[in-house]
Amino acid sequence: MAHLNEAAVKKITEICDRYANEKTPLMMILSDVQNEYGYIPLEVQELISEKTGISVAEIYGVVTFYSFFSLKPKGKYVIGCCLGTACYVKGAQQVLDKFSEIIGIRAGETSEDGMFTLDALRCIGACGIAPAVTINGKVYPKLAVSDVPKIVEEYRNMEANA
Amino acid sequence: MALVNIKIEGVSYQVEEGLTILEAARICGYEIPSLCAYNHGECSKGSCRVCLVEATGARGLVASCVYPVNEGMEIKISTPKATAARRASVELLLSNHSMKCQQCDKNGACELLHVAKLTGARDDMFKGEQTPVSFDDVTPSIVRDTSKCVLCGRCVERCKNAHGLGILGFENRGFNTIVSPAENRSFAKSPCIMCGQCVSVCPTGALMEKSEIDKVDAAFKAGKYVVVQTAPAVRAALGEEFGMPIGTAVTGKMVAALRRLGFNKVFDTNYAADLTIMEEATELLGRIKNGGALPMITSCSPGWVNYAEYNYSELLPHLSSCKSPHEMFGAILKSYYAEKIGVNPADMYVVSIMPCTAKKAEKEREQLKTNGLFDVDAVLTTRELAKLIRRSGINFNKLPDEEFDYDLVGDYTGAGVIFGATGGVMEAALRTAYHALTGKEHEAIKFEAVRGMDGIKEASIDVNGTVLNVAVAHGMKNAKILLDEIKEGKSKYTFIEIMGCPGGCVAGGGQPYVKPQFLPNEGLDILDTFRAKRAAALYSEDEGRPIRQSHNNEQIKALYKEFLGEPNSHKAHELLHTTYAAKEPFAD
Repeated sequence: MAHLNEAAVKKITEICDRYANEKTPLMMILSDVQNEYGYIPLEVQELISEKTGISVAEIYGVVTFYSFFSLKPKGKYVIGCCLGTACYVKGAQQVLDKFSEIIGIRAGETSEDGMFTLDALRCIGACGIAPAVTINGKVYPKLAVSDVPKIVEEYRNMEANA
Repeated sequence: MALVNIKIEGVSYQVEEGLTILEAARICGYEIPSLCAYNHGECSKGSCRVCLVEATGARGLVASCVYPVNEGMEIKISTPKATAARRASVELLLSNHSMKCQQCDKNGACELLHVAKLTGARDDMFKGEQTPVSFDDVTPSIVRDTSKCVLCGRCVERCKNAHGLGILGFENRGFNTIVSPAENRSFAKSPCIMCGQCVSVCPTGALMEKSEIDKVDAAFKAGKYVVVQTAPAVRAALGEEFGMPIGTAVTGKMVAALRRLGFNKVFDTNYAADLTIMEEATELLGRIKNGGALPMITSCSPGWVNYAEYNYSELLPHLSSCKSPHEMFGAILKSYYAEKIGVNPADMYVVSIMPCTAKKAEKEREQLKTNGLFDVDAVLTTRELAKLIRRSGINFNKLPDEEFDYDLVGDYTGAGVIFGATGGVMEAALRTAYHALTGKEHEAIKFEAVRGMDGIKEASIDVNGTVLNVAVAHGMKNAKILLDEIKEGKSKYTFIEIMGCPGGCVAGGGQPYVKPQFLPNEGLDILDTFRAKRAAALYSEDEGRPIRQSHNNEQIKALYKEFLGEPNSHKAHELLHTTYAAKEPFAD
């Protein structure tokens, strides 16, 4: 088991302390840790367990239940393709497949250069603009398969020029 | 408590408000087929849908295990709609279940098979995909096979309730959900203490002890000199496997059965329990005199030792260095006894019948060897012994009562036999420590304060004007309270007994399952009372023993005189004491 560095221990302890008075603090803690580090590995879960008294297995269960949480580092740009019912009937699967084909990773994976993570999401509540895709929170409404290449290109260019 | 009027199948009853339909029906004499009915509150999610009934005021069918009764409710159990729905629920469970029932060790005690029989469920109604299976048989103690898991979560709750641990949890989502240690790890790479409480509550064969019957067969086949010893708690429960009421002591029949199974010698671990007391009491008095780590904590329970090594490594010096009784016995058998009877220790095979799954892992600790040989070679649970007996065609109930072997070693006192109940080791130690300090026997012999099922028990014993404070805890949740006191420097105790399983060894993870649906003659409260009933069987054997203090065991005295010297001597340390080491909870 890898051990956390001092700064991470301090930060995560601080996050746990933030919710010390909450009755059910786990979701809030995990959410903050996910936002801070982009993922929640087992050693972090062990520390949260120690601080909250919630068992590691239970924390792990919550982390693997919600697709928002991740066990592995995510890419710089997280592409979330909604596969909820409305998006699905509007062709979301094809949109997802196109992203998958262009970037060369499957849903749930991160590209080797650490640039993209491709996530298949359940309903994100944007059925009116189906099929919807989010990239780091920015929403792309009513996406067609033909839109996909230039969106990926845009991010690649942005990165190249950065 | 207010009463409400309900009708079940058209008959009027008055029951307490707040009960679930299932509970109310049970009191009124109905047993609604259900899967999680007997979990004692350890699953109340109502998600398996096996116990569906019709109830007025509810939309559709309701899960009777979670739906409360209310005034005027009419409950119908046997309508075609309810009957068909219950059967379909079970068929859905079976559709994602490994149907290798014949080879399953839970066969005979499987609650799923039971409810399938009750509802008339067919096993091939819903063919389709199955959840990916995870199988873990890495530890010597527990096997986890998710192909048989029904996701009831009882094991998850039991681990939390008994120990505050929660080694198991639900992992992933939807169809891919499994119950497992974090990261779907093996128990071997998690801080599991191997106690087997999860095995005792699992309704199916998803969690089982790892059987060692094959190993014992092989030892016989290889012509080894096979010696068997039985822990005190085994006699208090083995009879249940053969239909006897809970709390029946079957010492004599058990010995007779073991002899018929072909063991060369049949010994009682109680002999070694007496030996443990001699070593442990002497160690305690030594620590008091020489300023050693106090409170001293007992070390008989391997579940507890595992817990300490994972969670309280800084307190390991507080653990008694004594090996657990069956390990001490193994060491004596392969040294003193082997020499006396002229058997090469390498040709001797020691089998321990234990109420415990953690003992299986314990026997493989590197620290538990004598002259390069493991002290104990195989550990069978009480359940495995029952299986052996049944396999051999022995009619257990008709066996005569026979006595243990006690040539040279094996004789025991009442103090040894109570080891199997929470507080028993403490009581046995007090009988001897009192004698050592005062030179006379404690008049009462009994120490009532350390008996019973309270989670933490304490007692103060006046020894020639000096008060000795002691405490007893069982289940790690209770133990943690005492351990944290020690850590904070606030413990007022000199000596503490800790047992892994709630109730002590009588309710160990290797004992016969207590499942009310298979015990129609026991009361509805059996899950609350079985521990005390089994313990009572041991206390009664203690009462009947001619000698009740370990230090008065003549064979133990002879062992010291002829072989060991005195308690805690160099030789005793070599053979009867051990060491502990911190363990990383989630090792790679």
